[in-house]
Amino acid sequence: MSLSSKDKDIVRAFWAKIGGKADEIGADALGRMLMVYPQSKTYFAHWKDLSPGSAPVKKHGKTVMAGVGNAVAKIDDLAGGLLTLSELHAFTLRVDPANFKSLAHCFLVVLAITYPTDFTPEVHLAVDKFLAALARALSEKYR
Amino acid sequence: MVEWTDFERATIQGIFDKMEYEVVGPAALCRCLVVYPWTQRYFGNFGNLYNAAAILANPLVAKHGTTILHGLDRALKNMDNIKATYAELSVLHSEKLHVDPDNFKLLSDCLTVVIAAKMGADFTPDVQAAFQKFLSVVVSALGRQYH
Repeated sequence: MSLSSKDKDIVRAFWAKIGGKADEIGADALGRMLMVYPQSKTYFAHWKDLSPGSAPVKKHGKTVMAGVGNAVAKIDDLAGGLLTLSELHAFTLRVDPANFKSLAHCFLVVLAITYPTDFTPEVHLAVDKFLAALARALSEKYR
Repeated sequence: MVEWTDFERATIQGIFDKMEYEVVGPAALCRCLVVYPWTQRYFGNFGNLYNAAAILANPLVAKHGTTILHGLDRALKNMDNIKATYAELSVLHSEKLHVDPDNFKLLSDCLTVVIAAKMGADFTPDVQAAFQKFLSVVVSALGRQYH
């Protein structure tokens, strides 16, 4: 299920379309994940407020989206490009990779809400593949 | 037995009250067949599924999408006993249709995306949580009779 050049073009184009909204989308997706998949909250027990729209959620949504943006830029070599982030997630954060799927799904939901006509099945396919590839790259160093 | 809050019951009922079955059903099934192409294995006799455009134009897909969505009505009417309500359908999917139950989750994710697009900002995080809880209960019930 590797990314075809068509997939990459679609992802790059959609990321360009998202532009400045990235932080907002990231915060929304993160907030949704915490609410829809309560097990994900276990990684944020140190936050004062885990509700959608809260300050820590907004801040962290921005951090996550910066990572996604970096992945889009390095789309031709995700494993290489995300090496440091993979080490972080593997050795320090130790996030169970199942949670990457939960966040990816919430990200897709936010895209559907924000771009109801442009988020066609073909775009959905390309973005879903990309997020899966991103998750795989992030899990590289786990074991 | 699954516990439903008043908010969850009202939210789910509200979504289905406004449901355009003939739009959402086909959209969800089409999306599933495009995003997860291996699900096409169950629709060998549906004719042209060659590409996204063909799938979206396929009348058999559209009809079946509507049928599947109406299948959720019985869960809505029996929220306190979804498990028993789907026992027969579970046997059908297992013994006759031989559908891998993992596919139910794929379709339910696509349905969530379609509903999100339709409802826009009204599909808030807590509405999403209620809707996904409902779908996961149905998915679990549909997988229950497999052996």
